[in-house]
Amino acid sequence: MLIAGYFGFGALAAAHDIPLAIAVASTAVLWALPAQIVLVEMHTLAAPLAATVLAVMLSSARFLPMTLMLMPEMRDPRHRPWKYYVAAHLLSLSGWTMAVARFPQLPRAERLAWFFGFALVLITVNAAATAAGYLGADRLPPLARLALVFMVPMYYLLILTGAVRDRTAALGLACGALAGPLAYLATPEWSVPLGGLAGGTLAYLMLKRT
Amino acid sequence: MIELWLLLAICSLSTYLWRGSGVLLSAGIDPRGEAFTWIACVAYAIIAGVVSRMLLMPTGILAETTLVERAVGSAAALGAYFWLTKRNLFVGVAAGAVALWLVKIALL
Repeated sequence: MLIAGYFGFGALAAAHDIPLAIAVASTAVLWALPAQIVLVEMHTLAAPLAATVLAVMLSSARFLPMTLMLMPEMRDPRHRPWKYYVAAHLLSLSGWTMAVARFPQLPRAERLAWFFGFALVLITVNAAATAAGYLGADRLPPLARLALVFMVPMYYLLILTGAVRDRTAALGLACGALAGPLAYLATPEWSVPLGGLAGGTLAYLMLKRT
Repeated sequence: MIELWLLLAICSLSTYLWRGSGVLLSAGIDPRGEAFTWIACVAYAIIAGVVSRMLLMPTGILAETTLVERAVGSAAALGAYFWLTKRNLFVGVAAGAVALWLVKIALL
């Protein structure tokens, strides 16, 4: 599932003249597709460092509740504590969703090992997908490259419209989709963090009122 | 180049900060609290904002397409995802990309 997104991300990085090594490294060390896309897009907009870091931090803050929920499920006295800090880095939204679904069928002591195996495969395959998308976009004629880059907005368009049954997601998405372009008209360099804060807060307030 | 590596390092660290503190605090905090609902709203809003801006006011290579062309691609992706397949993400994304490519070739 994720592969289509990372493939498109590789193509996006190539089209924005980001070096291949940085594109692939970002999949391995940042390992958060929205943050990676924000990074590439804001680099192209020549956004100030503070704006980029703020946007990445805001988009990655969701990892805090995700780890908070998952870690107690993997706790076992037989594992050394540092392993959980490594596991936290390997966490992604799809890995988290799979783990939440799979853990009830696994004995507590085996969950951490299962998670490591699963997450490492996920990260390796997607680093390869990033490289493939990058090289594909680099070698193919301009029109085909255009189509590969278009996979990024399409990937999120489908994920996001597919998630509208969840009210938090639906409101956040709708408000963000409006606030993002409006903020861009006002201030391109700061549009990503400001649009996210404005749209997200509006969505939160609407969620509370109903 | 070095600047980009540095930027990647800073962004990776600021992302890990959340992950690491999640492990550190996992004993005491309720992940279903109000603050986390707001965090989820902001996270959704950020990526939705970036994507809608890419579709409505693209920069870079996507600026070589018209709004109508991107709309055709989006419609093809949504159609393939929701109606042709039972929400097969890969087919949907590929349909959008191929549709954009075909429209571009037809207009050449």
